Amino acid sequence: MKLTCLSKGDGFYYPPCHMLNLCGFRILIDCPLDLSAITIFSPVPYDVGFEASEYLSDVPLDAHNPIQKKQKLERQLTPADLVCAEPWYKTVKALHLWEASLIDIVLISNPMGLLGLPFLTQNPGFCAKIYMTEATAKIGQLMMQDLVSMHNEFRCFHGPGYSCFPGWIKDLDSEEVPASLKKVVFGESGDDLGSWMRLYSLDDIESCMKKVQAVKFAEEVCYNGTLIIKALSSGLDIGACNWLINGPNGSLSYMSSSICVSHHAKSFDFHGLKGTDVLIYSDLSCLQSAEVTENGCVSPDLDNNYLSTIRSDKKDDDLAASLLNTEDSLEEMEKLAFVCSCAAESADAGGSTLITITRIGIVLQLLELMSNSLESLSLKVPVFVISSVAEELLAYTNTIPEWLCEQRQEKLISGEPSFGHLKFIKDKKIHLFPAIHSPNLITSWQEPCIVFAPHWSLRLGPSVQLLQRWRGDPKSLLVLEGGLSSGLGLLPFRPIAMKILQCSFLSGIRLQKLPTLFSVLQQKIVLIPDAVNQRINLAEMKTSSILNYSENKTLRVPRIADNPSVEITTDLASKFSWKKLRHRENFGIARLKGELLMEDGKHRLVTGLEQEESSGKARPLRHWGSVAPESLLDALLKMGIKGSIEHSTRDNDTKDNSVIHIANPNRGLVETSEIGTAIIAEDENVASQIFQAIDGILDGI
Amino acid sequence: MGYNCVCRNSHMDHVGALPYFTEVCGYNGPIYMSYPTKALSPLMLEDYRRVMVDRRGEEELFTTTHIANCMKKVIAIDLKQTIQVDEDLQIRAYYAGHVLGAVMVYAKVGDAAIVYTGDYNMTTDRHLGAAKIDRLQLDLLISESTYATTIRGSKYPREREFLQAVHKCVAGGGKALIPSFALGRAQELCMLLDDYWERMNIKVPIYFSSGLTIQANMYYKMLISWTSQNVKEKHNTHNPFDFKNVKDFDRSLIHAPGPCVLFATPGMLCAGFSLEVFKHWAPSPLNLVALPGYSVAGTVGHKLMAGKPTTVDLYNGTKVDVRCKIHQVAFSPHTDAKGIMDLTKFLSPKNVVLVHGEKPSMMTLKEKITSELDIPCFVPANGETVSVASTTFVKAKASDMFLKSCSSPNFKFSNSSQLRVTDQRTADGVLVIEKSKKAKIVHQDEVSEVLHEKNHVVCLAYCCPVKAKGESDNDVDLIKQLSTKISEIMSGAQIHEAENSLQVGSFKGAVCLKEKCMHRTEIISCSEAVFLCCNWSVADLELGWEIINVMKLNL
Repeated sequence: MKLTCLSKGDGFYYPPCHMLNLCGFRILIDCPLDLSAITIFSPVPYDVGFEASEYLSDVPLDAHNPIQKKQKLERQLTPADLVCAEPWYKTVKALHLWEASLIDIVLISNPMGLLGLPFLTQNPGFCAKIYMTEATAKIGQLMMQDLVSMHNEFRCFHGPGYSCFPGWIKDLDSEEVPASLKKVVFGESGDDLGSWMRLYSLDDIESCMKKVQAVKFAEEVCYNGTLIIKALSSGLDIGACNWLINGPNGSLSYMSSSICVSHHAKSFDFHGLKGTDVLIYSDLSCLQSAEVTENGCVSPDLDNNYLSTIRSDKKDDDLAASLLNTEDSLEEMEKLAFVCSCAAESADAGGSTLITITRIGIVLQLLELMSNSLESLSLKVPVFVISSVAEELLAYTNTIPEWLCEQRQEKLISGEPSFGHLKFIKDKKIHLFPAIHSPNLITSWQEPCIVFAPHWSLRLGPSVQLLQRWRGDPKSLLVLEGGLSSGLGLLPFRPIAMKILQCSFLSGIRLQKLPTLFSVLQQKIVLIPDAVNQRINLAEMKTSSILNYSENKTLRVPRIADNPSVEITTDLASKFSWKKLRHRENFGIARLKGELLMEDGKHRLVTGLEQEESSGKARPLRHWGSVAPESLLDALLKMGIKGSIEHSTRDNDTKDNSVIHIANPNRGLVETSEIGTAIIAEDENVASQIFQAIDGILDGI
Repeated sequence: MGYNCVCRNSHMDHVGALPYFTEVCGYNGPIYMSYPTKALSPLMLEDYRRVMVDRRGEEELFTTTHIANCMKKVIAIDLKQTIQVDEDLQIRAYYAGHVLGAVMVYAKVGDAAIVYTGDYNMTTDRHLGAAKIDRLQLDLLISESTYATTIRGSKYPREREFLQAVHKCVAGGGKALIPSFALGRAQELCMLLDDYWERMNIKVPIYFSSGLTIQANMYYKMLISWTSQNVKEKHNTHNPFDFKNVKDFDRSLIHAPGPCVLFATPGMLCAGFSLEVFKHWAPSPLNLVALPGYSVAGTVGHKLMAGKPTTVDLYNGTKVDVRCKIHQVAFSPHTDAKGIMDLTKFLSPKNVVLVHGEKPSMMTLKEKITSELDIPCFVPANGETVSVASTTFVKAKASDMFLKSCSSPNFKFSNSSQLRVTDQRTADGVLVIEKSKKAKIVHQDEVSEVLHEKNHVVCLAYCCPVKAKGESDNDVDLIKQLSTKISEIMSGAQIHEAENSLQVGSFKGAVCLKEKCMHRTEIISCSEAVFLCCNWSVADLELGWEIINVMKLNL
């Protein structure tokens, strides 16, 4: 088995990407897009946010003007530095180094890991089998469609773009361009350029999804008879999963970001991952423990301390129970409640709230909590969800109880909808609109309001317009994904008077839980990213050996399972001709027949088509032991062949050769030693008879 | 299996005694149900309990608390989800159609595998899909055979008849009563009617008798993924279970004037509300009673279907005049004979057992399965035990060398009457069993190592005179000459030539220049003839002699 980490990813929206070589098959795990990179582009409409341009009013808004660029060297980044062109999208760089037609299997573990897949399936040589859960396929498809529809605003604005090579990349290559921008475009090592792609179309999405085989949780699918692949819930989001792969040479589990106790999706199924030979742990979210916020709204969650000691006498169940403690999930609920209370506060003060989070699980919970808290506070503030796929997505989430956490499954039993938004939509408290220019939007629009609008990168979708509308209003609130404010994210909207609440939600297992997790899972070999290993001391783990992997390096993992087993059908086994050995009574040996197949990940020996008993095969082909000349002579005599022994130690070597001369009925010679016997005869029959005599003395098969 | 229980669908005949089983009898093993079944069973059970108590005043077999406690023990499973119940037993559910949440169960114990179909339907109906299963390797298929000899045609004419009957009734100002169970049939017929109402712009109200069916609709809406493809596709724009024309029924509406359509539980008119409504509506010739599906003998439903009675005895002795029209809706969610045959053919199990149905028709089907598909088929009576052989595998650890040698073909050509090609790659393997140890498969070259013995090579040798000594002694020419001869006589032999030697398989021959060779039997001196010193292994015994004979001819 070989593992190559193509990208470590970055948080929830950019999951890691791996290439795995298993039993001779190439398996690609996840195919994400680095959507944070599109912050280098300037949002549309273009004319906004240029208080900065006021002091540059004599300079035309041409980003390529060299005079302007020079001034920028000494300045901070201004909105004008952003690329004003139809955005391209950054894919996983190292994936382009692999020949698409040589990939055998693609596993997608969550909707975010699906966003880059159409780029791969566009390749005419692509012929891999794609597996993902049904929910991932559905949600992922909707997210891609939403992305395309949001992107179309750029197309409308910039007109039909360049088809092969965008001019903006050339412009960025000059020295005047700020380094931070260049870093995003060209990467740390300066070779990221090839990873930028023009966005796919709706047709590409459709043809991509046609190639997908959707699976249920814990459904076993068999690839090529060799690998049995199973998706197990990871708890991260609806449909998100970890993978269990069983092959003839052992079992492997791939663990993506997982959440032990989830309040929306089906929780992390770690029982299913237990006891495999190898675990690939790919979750890096544990390294982003700091949760930073701006403008006074703080959700304190700084816990960098971790425990690395595990007492070995703890029982398995205790360990599992400690994984399932609800501390984290309660904290998550508190965060959500905090967001709701902030929104209610600003609504009370007459300000609107813009929530740009697009994580579906979080949005669903927020919608539910928000509506409930507004109702309990008897605030008459409308909630708008503006997205081209909102209606379909929200309807869909109420028809998938199988994919949800237990509390929500209980709701099914008692006949309530899984998520509370259904009721509020009916009561006209939540309004769904496909776009900001939807005809009915203006009639029901009312401020203050609470708006859920994509996209979290603040470059695409209705969030851009709404942010431009409200950014000057100190009463309004912007709820952002964590980490966005530090980068280019808010640049085109500065200065901002709005309150900003930046939240990062749990998107993986916490670092301090890792030792517990690994002791529960009991793998023989655990592969973890080197970055994680630097942060936590796992040396004390007795049960497993820990290997590190790093980006763009191939790690070879030795096979640890013993020899693969072969299953022989009983009716075939009964047809074998068994041999008892003369010298070893404990053994029974038989030559195999039939056909060796690969079925359900197992070698199987079944009755073949041709079972003719050819005479040649009945004869033993391998012998062992030694021939005593005297007993051979006796045996020959019984067959009516006479001979005489001549001991000779020809040559100087130590080998003791014996020669039996045969005179009757035909001339012949048998030369025998420790290692072998040669039959020398002119007559075929005599030779066969001698052979039979030898065969009678030796054990053979 | 004994310790495991899987409930396939939420019809009363399958789930009815479950609370009794778990709460009163004390079964405490795992219980598995599909999500819809788990959601819908409590409703059905509660309804059943009420009817039983109301009708017969019977002492209840189980209480509401029993139902609740029982349902808590149920583990919900999704389609195709593979569950390892314990070390040996693995179960998996497949979609069965029939009713919402009905599943076929695949169970595997060790190497033996069976499928129990439960009730299934091989054709898509208005709201449910057809049964869907993977091609599995089965020792036994246990199939229901309720309609073992029926073969049904298209459903559309029957649907049209039903719609026309109802339409005619309401157009004439009559009331249509459709007694049905809360699940399945009611939704299917209601979808049909709702759709028809929409198309024909009919404003007559459609009622559901109790909260039960309305609530069941609600479950249908949430469990859209268990319905047919058609419904799934539509539901993005409009959930087909959001019936536009359907309202709740109130008891006071029984005597309200004007036409209406009413779905009332239970079906078969055996008790409860549907029977009560029937009592009031049956005497009017304007009205209609549409009876979907099957009625048990002895129920009012059965009496109505059996003939055209003018009066019907109710259970408590009262008589009712029946002047209303009776329409029988011949929809059934059970598969027909063709469906059973199709499924059996698709799965090709080693054995088939038919359960549920009438004995004579089951015997006919058994004949058909045995003769047409050549699969042994059993029709056991209740309480009878059938034993069938199950698959078991002998397991052995295989060496890498053996597996490697098996990855490339090892063709053998035999040319008896016609050319036969066989792939003998596995014949290089040897199964070694040592007492009280696991069986091993090794390559033939590894056997002696496993046995802690030394190899002993047995080969044949012969120094063969091939040519009288002449003037033009050229080894290369001689080898060429011999090789042509050999290939003339033995077609298909692969001959490798070298300067003074040739090789065919394990047969090696080299020009022998020794004055006295060990392998020479005749005392012919090297000066008289040219010798080819040959040796070959036992595997190529015949081949070797054939070549020798060819070469002797050359002499």
